[in-house]
Amino acid sequence: MIQAIAFYLFAAILVVSAGLTISSRNPVHSVMWLILAFFNAAGLMVLVGAEFIAMLLVIVYVGAVAVLFLFVVMMMDIDFAQLKTDVARYAAIGLALGAALAAEIMIAAFAWNAGRIDLTRRVAPVDRALPNIEALGQLLYTRYLFLFEAAGFVLLVAMIGAIVLTHRERAGTRAQNISRQVARRPQDATRNVKPAVGQGVEL
Amino acid sequence: MDYAANLMLSLPEVILGIGAVILMMFSAWGGPGATRAVSWASVAVLFGAGVALTGPAGHGGDAYLGLYHADAFAAFAKVLIYIATAVAIIMAPGFFQRTAGDNLRPEYPVLMLLSATGMGLMVSAGDLLTLYVGLELQSLAAYVLASFMRRDQRSAEAGLKYFVLGALASGILLYGVSLVYGFTGTTLFRGIADAYAIDAANPVKSLGMVFGLVFVFAGLAFKISAVPFHMWTPDVYEGAPTPVTAFFASAPKVAAIGLAVRVAVEAMGPALGEWRQIVIFAALASIILGAVAAIGQTNIKRLLAYSSINNVGFALVGLAAGTPEGVAGVMTYMAIYVAMTLGSFLVVLQMRDADGQPVESIASLSGMSRTRPALAAAMAIFMFSLAGIPPLFGFYAKFAVFSAAVQAGLFPLAAIGIAASTIGAYYYLRIVKTMYFDDPAPAFVKGEEGALQGGLIALAAVAVSPLGYLAIPALGAWSMAAAQALF
Repeated sequence: MIQAIAFYLFAAILVVSAGLTISSRNPVHSVMWLILAFFNAAGLMVLVGAEFIAMLLVIVYVGAVAVLFLFVVMMMDIDFAQLKTDVARYAAIGLALGAALAAEIMIAAFAWNAGRIDLTRRVAPVDRALPNIEALGQLLYTRYLFLFEAAGFVLLVAMIGAIVLTHRERAGTRAQNISRQVARRPQDATRNVKPAVGQGVEL
Repeated sequence: MDYAANLMLSLPEVILGIGAVILMMFSAWGGPGATRAVSWASVAVLFGAGVALTGPAGHGGDAYLGLYHADAFAAFAKVLIYIATAVAIIMAPGFFQRTAGDNLRPEYPVLMLLSATGMGLMVSAGDLLTLYVGLELQSLAAYVLASFMRRDQRSAEAGLKYFVLGALASGILLYGVSLVYGFTGTTLFRGIADAYAIDAANPVKSLGMVFGLVFVFAGLAFKISAVPFHMWTPDVYEGAPTPVTAFFASAPKVAAIGLAVRVAVEAMGPALGEWRQIVIFAALASIILGAVAAIGQTNIKRLLAYSSINNVGFALVGLAAGTPEGVAGVMTYMAIYVAMTLGSFLVVLQMRDADGQPVESIASLSGMSRTRPALAAAMAIFMFSLAGIPPLFGFYAKFAVFSAAVQAGLFPLAAIGIAASTIGAYYYLRIVKTMYFDDPAPAFVKGEEGALQGGLIALAAVAVSPLGYLAIPALGAWSMAAAQALF
């Protein structure tokens, strides 16, 4: 019962917020709705027992991708009048695409109910009692540890590459000198004065 | 087997990885001034990784439950990769010093080391995941290296082009990998081979497994720049700094060929009938296109790019045979190819005008036999060898792959390949003609590090000269041992 209520709640909000993502006029609002949609999708994932995907959705999509979108949107110079005319122009195509997608989803759901498609030859049965984060973690940090570390090197290369290709020393910039800041004492920066009445302070 | 024993089996990668991280620290604090020291330290690290191959890492068998193979095949490929990477590091400082614009920064050798780590993973891969992680590590470092001269527009273009097309290739490869995994239920090469063996016995073949195979081979063809996935090669090779181009044409090529051979033989060996068609097509198309398209080139780096496409085609002829002899032929081919290509690029590095700026036009080679006779003689040896003209060692490379193809009964492939190799001979010989019979162009100036690079050129020239035939017993036995490790 409770799962059913939760499912319909998440699903309804997901559908509504997904709709608002594409229909709201302000792109920043669109991103906000998108974040809400991600959250609700994460809720649905929890309900079906895929909590790892749920966390990925929240951490990666909401935490990184959506914030990135937000930055991009804020930096864009958007012509809102142009945007409105475009929506009218492409409405028919968009509706057709949407209808096709909806039909596909329904067909897929009917097919699933009629009997699932056996695509894989499972070599390892899934243990129902084991949460999938633990299952993933057990593999990631034992069997695949070597590759996990190698993947770390891939990220290191990405970091070195980004710095090598973009960093340059500019003349006239004032870089932060942490040791100088730490070495600064109160007597270098503050002054105790006792001004006479009516004279004020000279800075 | 405990984790320490596993680490010992992958010792070359451990040495390279730790070495790269330590040298990265030195370069971060040392700045551009540390470049030469870091370069030589990187060469030392590569040497150390090569020495590690004499231990269990060279023949110890499987590590990490089959994710990683420390066998003779991997060791053979790694020796070639480390030598090529070391040469690409050694030739860099002189080039960047002379070239106006960017100085060489110490990140160059560090990225080379990280790329070599990835290449080691590629040739040792025993699992689709190792394959992908190794490939990405190598490629990502290569994209950065391609655009290392930030102020040079062509270099930036080369990096961007390489990145976009490389990402596309990775996507295609991953799509194939996901299909293979989905239909075989495992990512381990051995398990995939079992699934393909079962499938081969079935009267009705699994369409998904064939599709996965096709996409995996398409992705790999991108990485070895075999036709029809070669489009990026000339542009990237032309735009990248010359030492980086020399690197691209040698080490990653060996790694990608090694990976393709391993996937074909070890993971998909039972599906020989399926992938042989792809390999034969790619081989012939590469040989013919690499030969025909090179004729009109005026830039020596573009010409060598087409030459590398052409040579990959010849190497694939050996793979098409699908026999231990064929695989041994591929490895022999790559060993000789690396010597010829590095030698050619070392000569290209010597091409610079009176101001010390590099020149890349073939016309500027005119009459080099009179202005720089020794250099011209070395270049002539490399060109004759690349053309596969008998007294030189390049002939033996072609002989090895074609004899394997003939033994496997692929007569049409061998006949067309040999016929097409005569087209390729035309443009190699045209360079020799330009150097020896055309009126002299302004002479190239000599660089400061002439002795070191001259020594390397002489070494490469001796290796591909008829003296190289003395190495055939050793090279043949070693490549045969490497090939046997896969069967």
